[in-house]
Order: sequence, then C-alpha cells, then structure tokens
Amino acid sequence: MTSAIEFVYHEARLIDEKRFDEWHELFADDALYWMPLTRDQPIGEAHTSLFYEDKLLLKVRIERLRHPNAFSQQQPSFCQHVLQRPTVESGDADAGPCVLRTPFLYVEAQLDQQLILAGTAYHHLQGDARGWKIQMKKIELLNREAALPSIQLLL
Amino acid sequence: MNRYADIASVRELVRPDRIHRDVYLDPAVFDLEMNHLWRNAWVYVGHDSQVPSPGDYYSAQIGREPVIMVRGNDSRVRVLPNRCAHKGTRLVSAQQGKCQGGLLRCPYHGWIYRLDGTLRSVPLKGGYSEAAQAEALHGIGELTSHNYRGFVFVRLAAQGIGFQEFFGDSLTSIDNMVDRSPQGRLEVAGAALRYLHDCNWKMYVENLNDAMHPMVAHESSAGTAKRLWDSAAPAAGSPKPMVIEQFTPFVNDYDFFEKMGVRVYPNGHSYTGVNFSIHSKYSSVSEYERRMFESYGEERAKAILAEARHNTVYYPSLTIKGAIQTIRVARPLAVDKTVIESWTFRLVGAPDEMLARTATYARLINAPTSMVGHDDLHCYRAIQEGLSSANCDWVSLHRNFSAAEADAVGGTYGATNEAPMRGQYRAWIDLMTRSEGAVA
Repeated sequence: MTSAIEFVYHEARLIDEKRFDEWHELFADDALYWMPLTRDQPIGEAHTSLFYEDKLLLKVRIERLRHPNAFSQQQPSFCQHVLQRPTVESGDADAGPCVLRTPFLYVEAQLDQQLILAGTAYHHLQGDARGWKIQMKKIELLNREAALPSIQLLL
Repeated sequence: MNRYADIASVRELVRPDRIHRDVYLDPAVFDLEMNHLWRNAWVYVGHDSQVPSPGDYYSAQIGREPVIMVRGNDSRVRVLPNRCAHKGTRLVSAQQGKCQGGLLRCPYHGWIYRLDGTLRSVPLKGGYSEAAQAEALHGIGELTSHNYRGFVFVRLAAQGIGFQEFFGDSLTSIDNMVDRSPQGRLEVAGAALRYLHDCNWKMYVENLNDAMHPMVAHESSAGTAKRLWDSAAPAAGSPKPMVIEQFTPFVNDYDFFEKMGVRVYPNGHSYTGVNFSIHSKYSSVSEYERRMFESYGEERAKAILAEARHNTVYYPSLTIKGAIQTIRVARPLAVDKTVIESWTFRLVGAPDEMLARTATYARLINAPTSMVGHDDLHCYRAIQEGLSSANCDWVSLHRNFSAAEADAVGGTYGATNEAPMRGQYRAWIDLMTRSEGAVA
C-alpha cells in the first residue's frame, strides 16, 4: 500500500487531471466531502456549508461537468492544486485509519478568469488490503466569509 | 457625455413591453439607481434575531450607504447611518458584534453615541461653540426603518412611501414563512452564503420569477440528478434522498411551471407558486406536523403548510422562499457586480430535520459552489456581455403582454407570463423619479 501522504498527492492529481471517475472511486461508500461555511462549524446540517456531499451528490457533480448543456462549462475550467507536505495528525499512516492535514493553494482558471484560493484539507482515511479510502475530506477555506465567485471544480 | 445627467431621461429606458439595455450596462444609470431607487424603496437590512440582545449590531450596505442595525437598551431595533457625525468615520467595521458598554464609540476621535443615534459625549467639548454644538453635535440620527415580524427594512429617503403602502398584500409571503414556526418565530441560523455575481443586480431579481428558464438552464444539474436517481432503480418504497427531492422539480415541464401561477403586486413585488410549487411535494416530517397541529389546530396548520410559494420578490432587495425558509438578498456593488447573500432560518419550535432541509437547499441551489447557481450566473453574465452588441438596444419583456395590466393594481397569471418583470420596471421608473424636484 502506498503511504497515506502519497495518497493525498494522488487524490489532488486526479482532480487536476479531471480523472473524476477514478477520483470518485477513492471515496468510501458512506464518505463525506465537506467544506464548512463558518469557523469551528460542527459536522452535520444544522448549519449550511459550501459543500456537504455524499457519493451520490459527487456523482451528480461529475456527471454534470460532462453534460453537453452544462452551460457554465462550455468554456471549460481547469484547476491546479499546490499542496504543502501533508502531516499525519492522528492514527496509523501505514495501515490506517488516520487523519492528515494538508495546507494548499488552489487555482481555478476559465479562459481569462483565474481564481486563487487558500485552505487546509483534512483527509480522514481508512486502509485495507486494497488500499486507502477517503472517509471524509474536509476543506477549510481561508476566506470562507468572503463573497466568493463561482467555484466550479473540486478542491 | 452622460446621457443620463437628468433623472427624467431614464423614463426613455422603459417601455411597457421592453427595456433599453442601458438599464443593465450604463454606470450612470447605476449611479442614479443608487441615488434614487435604492433610497426611495424599502430595502431589507437584516433579521432582528441577528441582534438578540441590547448592544448587538449587524452592519450592512444599503445602496451605497453603510448602516448599522442595532438593538437599543430599550430592546428596539434601529437602523443608524454607520458614519460618525464628526469626520465621517465608519463607527463599526465588523460584520456583526456587540457595542461595548451599550454605546457606539468612534475609533478615530472617540465621539460616543447612544444606541438611538444621539450623541452622548465628545472629548474636550468646550472647543465647540454653542452654535456648532447645536448644528454638528446632534448625533448621527436614526434612519426610517420598519420591523415586520422580525424582518427589518430601511428607507433611506427621509420622506416617501410608507411601509404598508409599499408592500401591501405581498407581506403575506413573510407571514406564511413566520407562521411555519410552531411558535410563530424565526431565527437566522448562522452565517450567510455570499455569492459574488459579476452581473447587474436586476438580472438576479428578474430571474426569481422567471418560470421559463429552469428546465433549460438547469438541465445539466437537476436533470442529471433525476437521471442518476431514476437509473439507480431504487427498490419500491425506498425513500428519495433529500437532495434528489430538492433537485428534480427544477426540470419539471413547462406545463408545471405555467400552472403554478404568479401573483403580481404594485411596486415591483410578486410571487410565483400561487397554486403549488417545486416545494409542494417534499416529504412531510411527522414530528413537525404534530407540533404545528398542536400550536395552530389542524385546520389552520394545514392551511399554512398548503401554501408553498416558490419565490417572492420584495423589490428591489429581498427575495424569499418561505416554504423552505431561505432568503436571498441582493446587494448591488457596481453596474456589473452584485453580492447575493443567502440566509437560512430556523423555525423556532420545529425539529432539527427542518433546518437540515433548509441548509441543504441553500447549499444545493444558492452557494458559490452550487451546480444550479453556476448555470444561472453563467446566463446573467452572458446577458451582461451579450447586451454589449449594438445590434439591438432593446430587451424583450413581451411574453403574454397586455396593455391593460399597467392600470391594474396587480393580478394573477400563468407563471410563464413576464408580467412580474414588467411590474418591476413600472416600479423602477416610479422609484427612480419619485424624488424628482425634491431637495437631495
């Protein structure tokens, strides 16, 4: 099994290369992809979030990006993650489960527009003989209070 | 040369069935909107649950003017200019907070105001003559505001149309939203989603009662959700996930959207979903219904819940979805820049499941990360850019146009009628030119 740290780099690369089906497979069946709106926001839906998506909703998102009438993507967006080296916050980074913390810059470009976001990702991983699965990816955006333009791809 | 130096010239921009593209494009028209329309109208500031205790404040920008919504020591919520009477310094800069000691203190020279806007003290006051004290030291003043069942509005113009006269029966949408709480009370549930739109504010407001776009613009998102769920062939009776329940009605057919109906009121207000809406078929939450029956009696509770309006536009600033307890507020920044704030509300006394539904809807539909929102904004931007074409100066509002509607005090139509937009532009002209001749 690759190290958990390598797995985090791999996950970002799949998004940047738009290999979304492979990316979707990285998630456990009951996984959560979460970008809270506020600081210290408890998990759950008592407060709205920027993302709070299960595997079904992530699938809708991926399929929509490929839809010929996804009008906002007829001029396609591209993204690039720049990751700081992940640190193991807790657990067993060789066999799992474990939690990794990864500060990052995220750039999303669409023709003449370019958006740059900073944040920190937390990967909650499970490991077994077949490899790693993401139980939860939580993304804390640095400027989450800001009025944000469309964020169209995945952080 | 500014073609719109004279306010009367804006009358040329609106005809009963079309509008000139400059209403969206010309910065001079935007300046006039800020100086006239957004001052003459009643504009939404915030909800009084954002300032629950004396001294709590929330700051906002209304048109171009910074204001403070603050709860006084007498528990009244007031709206004050966020501007020191001395040098004009903004008195508070945080989005929200608490006034220390129940007073507002300017961070520059320490002038101190009470929460009703009157001046309490000035350092070394003796340096001011009595005349100067009488003139300049009267405080920051209080703006004309109205708290309607928790929703706080301001009219920046000192004189003008009254609150009830302005909104009239459209207030029944706020009533229904509040009545949906078993205790008749709403509370803002935390922070707002803030979505930066690089388009004119009116494109957003017009879209809210545009029933001809969902099946086109949202095919890729709602249509995909519907297709994925249908093709998953769920076992009979297995519950539809909330997100599927919320997404799929967006791609209902034209017949559905036509028949939901639209009600148009004077002064630019309107709501879609007179007969039913995309919210009508959400699965019921039995514990919530039980509490509603307990509070209101079964008959009244059923009547409240049967009213499932789609979007209500409180022109120009506030759009609400009472049936799902979200509101969206338009905050124009420039002719092609607008922030849309989405606030979620807790129905006080309702089970947590209701708030989860609200939070889910806001995120799915209104967030900067929303697949639905992306395509709406794409269309607004496409209008903003498409209208730069000098090929045609006019934008069509022709659908189901009737010359008689302008004289009516409002009406109910099939929801694909463009009557709400035409009503908005009658209000636009009225609010732009109301203060004509008045002292600025």
